[in-house]
Amino acid sequence: MGDHGPAKGFGRWLYTTNHKDIGTMYLWFSFAMFLMGGVFALVIRAELFQPGLQLVEPEFFNQMTTMHGLVMVFGAVMPAFVGLANWLIPMMIGAPDMALPRMNNWSFWILPFAFAMLTSTLFMEGGGPNFGWTFYAPLSTTYAPPSVTYFIFAVHIMGASSIMGSINIIATILNMRAPGMTLMKMPLFVWTWLITAYLLIAVMPVLAGCVTMMLMDIHFGTSFFSAAGGGDPVLFQHVFWFFGHPEVYIMILPAFGIVSAIIPTFARKPLFGYASMVYATASIAFLSFIVWAHHMFTVGMPIAGELFFMYATMLIAVPTGVKVFNWVTTMFRGSMTFETPMLFAIAFVILFSIGGFSGLMLAIAPADFQYHDTYFVVAHFHYVLVPGAIFSIMAAVYYWLPKWCGNMYDERLGKAHFWLSFIGLNVTFFPMHFVGLAGMPRRIPDYALQFADFNQIASMGAFLFGFSQVFFLFIVIKTIRGGAQATDEVWESPEGLEWTVASPAPYHTFTTPPAVK
Amino acid sequence: MQHEQPTGPLSAKIDLRRLITRLVAVVVGMFFFGFALVPLYDLFCDVTGLNGKTNSTAFIPATELVDTSRNVTVQFVATNNEGMPWEFRPEIFKLSVHPGEEIETTFFARNPQRMTMVAQAIPSVSPGRAAAYFHKTECFCFNQQLLEAGGTVDMPLRFIVDRDLPTSVNTITLSYTLFDVTADQPEQVLSAASVSMASYVNTVTP
Repeated sequence: MGDHGPAKGFGRWLYTTNHKDIGTMYLWFSFAMFLMGGVFALVIRAELFQPGLQLVEPEFFNQMTTMHGLVMVFGAVMPAFVGLANWLIPMMIGAPDMALPRMNNWSFWILPFAFAMLTSTLFMEGGGPNFGWTFYAPLSTTYAPPSVTYFIFAVHIMGASSIMGSINIIATILNMRAPGMTLMKMPLFVWTWLITAYLLIAVMPVLAGCVTMMLMDIHFGTSFFSAAGGGDPVLFQHVFWFFGHPEVYIMILPAFGIVSAIIPTFARKPLFGYASMVYATASIAFLSFIVWAHHMFTVGMPIAGELFFMYATMLIAVPTGVKVFNWVTTMFRGSMTFETPMLFAIAFVILFSIGGFSGLMLAIAPADFQYHDTYFVVAHFHYVLVPGAIFSIMAAVYYWLPKWCGNMYDERLGKAHFWLSFIGLNVTFFPMHFVGLAGMPRRIPDYALQFADFNQIASMGAFLFGFSQVFFLFIVIKTIRGGAQATDEVWESPEGLEWTVASPAPYHTFTTPPAVK
Repeated sequence: MQHEQPTGPLSAKIDLRRLITRLVAVVVGMFFFGFALVPLYDLFCDVTGLNGKTNSTAFIPATELVDTSRNVTVQFVATNNEGMPWEFRPEIFKLSVHPGEEIETTFFARNPQRMTMVAQAIPSVSPGRAAAYFHKTECFCFNQQLLEAGGTVDMPLRFIVDRDLPTSVNTITLSYTLFDVTADQPEQVLSAASVSMASYVNTVTP
């Protein structure tokens, strides 16, 4: 009974309630979505390689920008973090599994259907969603293609999946910790996920409400967002960004947790300022609820509103600064080595800070009137999402993969992948700052001639970055199939309960809770 | 803080059910909060006078005192929403009024289509902070407008600029956007209209 292993065949994956199996499925699913969203991005960059219309129709270009955003946010980043949570949280807190294993199975298995529905719209008459990932009304209601209803239900399913995943994570963390594991002894990845899960259950229902209102406007004659019937299109933006701003922290807080685990290991020092990290995370989560209108400075807010949202947004730099300070201080005078996870983590700290600073520029309301809807915004959020969220996920994969599959990855290949990605992403996104400041609007298939050089550079970087991720896939598969045997500790005295179990981690771990000092 | 107590998986059962009930309650609550944002938004705009929204029912003036020492320019703008084919314009584009004085003007509309159409005008006042001081005692925007094919109408607007209008405001712009709401009408409204067109317009537009 104690050592009964996984079932055989496809049934193992379909019926599994094992947190490691479900974590694996989440991670593979998100990787597939990452590649698909990446292909959409490359269609965009190929079209923008030179001015004029070359490869795709503007209508299809709009579908690509929309689908790239939706797939990357809801299909790649969020499921990857949920996958990591599934694999790691029970092992980090000394629990045998998640608190609600059957719901766990369900919250994963509805996701492929949601994305099958969303992707199928590309083949429908009128095409897929073409109104941008923020789907502002009335573009997404009055002027939407008929497939918008599929989009709405896909968002409902993704939301249900996230909400169930979050409830499961909260229940696991609050109820399943090993004896002695007090809240303030939890690893930061667990802490950041606990806070993220609360954000998710607070805002995913608002998103569900938002798309439900769209559905009613489109099919049932209501006028939530239609001015003709007494509604207000600006209301849409308020409701959307009330979800949307906490959402961006949902995509970055778990990354903070990952980096806070990796840096101490390779600096060979305990994390500096553990408690301040916890409080900083909680502050960021709280502030995320009162800054949403900084996405809409140009809708015509009164000056008091502009000032409130401007100062509240700038306030977020304080807890974020605390975090960056703590990471740097952890590395300060440490015996640092630069294995692949550490390279990704250091790149995270530096490049995420760049994205944070451009965010501060955007927070300045009067300046935002110039930056609004330009490529500067695109550069900003790609700097926080690609070297932020995506790099942290890759760092996590390199860091914990030996624990998951029992084999070490090839360090040379890992470093090559890091440098290709690092160069590729900077070549892609750094020039976007310049064209944005010079006035190039986002979400257009054609542009003025003076932007041609920087766009060409960005497109070349994008293809480099994109194909490096195929290389990443190769490295991961190679590691799973073989390679040097990893020790149980994997790294040199890393912190955490997950390193006390064998490598590869047995199918069932901590069936009797470990003692935590 | 009950959760400060570390609990093992064995003692977790009872706590778990209560926790999940609470979390589900948060989810349901936040779903409805999303809808509650709609009235909250309107309320917020009402209280603060943001968004340039004016009164949507007739205003009854309390006094008839007119502040003749002051002049305020009122501009009128008429816009068709996308796809709306009507001819729509103010009779007078600009007026100089005294605060407290009741003014009447009209807007002209013509339906050039070969079918009966219904329109709704949506007003907005700029600057937004003047909206609370712009009172309409009668407005064609309070009702929908029905016009038969080729029909025309002069639509009345009566308003009072409040005497308490901040002195920093010297010009108020009243903008109307005309929306086509024909598709939202029940069939009998449109067919009845073609029979007794004249009388219907008189009842719809006071």
